[in-house]
Amino acid sequence: MKMRNIAVGVTGLNNIDSPGPGIPVIRALRESSHFNVRIIGLSYESLEPGIYMHELVDKVYQLPLPTAGITLLKERLHYIHNREQIDVIIPNFDAELHNFIRIGPWLKETLGIATFLPSPDSFEERQKSELNKFGEKYGVKVPASYMISQVTELKKLEEEIDYPMMIKGRYYDAYIASSIEQATSFFYKIVAKWGYPVIVQEFISGTEVNVTALGDGEGRCIGAVPMRKLYITDKGKAWSGISLEDDQLMQIAHTIIEKSRWRGGCELEFIKTKKEEYYLLEMNPRFPAWVYLANGCGQNHVEALVKMAMGEEVKPFTRYKSGKMFIRYSFDMIVDISEFEQISTTGEMTH
Amino acid sequence: MNIRKNIAISENGFIFNPLTGDSFTVNETGLFILRRLKEGESHETIMKALQDEFELDANSAEIDLNDFLSMLKSYQLTEYEDA
Repeated sequence: MKMRNIAVGVTGLNNIDSPGPGIPVIRALRESSHFNVRIIGLSYESLEPGIYMHELVDKVYQLPLPTAGITLLKERLHYIHNREQIDVIIPNFDAELHNFIRIGPWLKETLGIATFLPSPDSFEERQKSELNKFGEKYGVKVPASYMISQVTELKKLEEEIDYPMMIKGRYYDAYIASSIEQATSFFYKIVAKWGYPVIVQEFISGTEVNVTALGDGEGRCIGAVPMRKLYITDKGKAWSGISLEDDQLMQIAHTIIEKSRWRGGCELEFIKTKKEEYYLLEMNPRFPAWVYLANGCGQNHVEALVKMAMGEEVKPFTRYKSGKMFIRYSFDMIVDISEFEQISTTGEMTH
Repeated sequence: MNIRKNIAISENGFIFNPLTGDSFTVNETGLFILRRLKEGESHETIMKALQDEFELDANSAEIDLNDFLSMLKSYQLTEYEDA
């Protein structure tokens, strides 16, 4: 089969201890049997390791931070596109997705760059703060969640939920509190870092199981692979994991993707209780950093996403291998200061 | 008590439960029991086979088998049963 040449822009090159999905996404694309890819890395900081991985990334451009807004982002992407003729962009950071969803139509119509992202409504309805409604709408068990903005509300919540309870930031961070004193301390900690509101959630005891999945936006789940973390870092990230064979979990994942008409990659995080009930904790609106495991199990979700972004017909995957493990490792690259200088001063890196 | 159908048991006693992702190693006796459970043999038949194979009296065979079965249950290697 003749391979098609395409250029793909990828963010999330921070392959660190709390890794972004960029490098796994690129590795999946490099293994495509359909596309010959030229990778345009899109970075935010000069020390994102992916910037220096010449064998994986062909050229790198820095982007303005998401907080700079969409006008600057559009200008920058216009500039990059004039040089690289990008076909598809895969954004991989939670914080940038909102902007990319907003400029999606502009990217397509003005620059001819395809994306494959959820609709603004789909993106919003799975926010952590909307979890109760989300669970009710799609018939999925979720832990009872309450949004609070005052520390005094914690005391009132003691009547609704027992200790331990989860104290969570709106976007990141989660702590287990076993007393009102701990809950209060975590409340202030989260407010200082992430602002209001704070989410107080029922603690569900069990095993965490996650699913990496891909939806076509028309109500089909194109692929899904479940995984259990085997080794967790102090930041709660999976350093090792194994693919599972769990029909009930797969059925729930398919239902969520199909009913919500999810478009693009996502990660579903569940707790499985001893009674074999599944509670959805979070739905992350992009591929997880462990998405490369799906390749190892026989499903190249990233290639399928690019095909759909380019308007090609994709058939859903029907099988995957369980018992496949991923094990991360750390690796030191030796980089000349001139490369660091290049990305730091010009915002570009040519390999 | 039925062993989960998709449990993988290797020849050298490595057990993989694809439902939970857990893996275990068992000794010769454990492997002897697990293989028979997977083939659907009854506890009575397995107990008798244990006695014959390892020259055990009925009481010791029963205690050892029940111990092992409760361990299998605690590691979710058996089909889920409502308490």
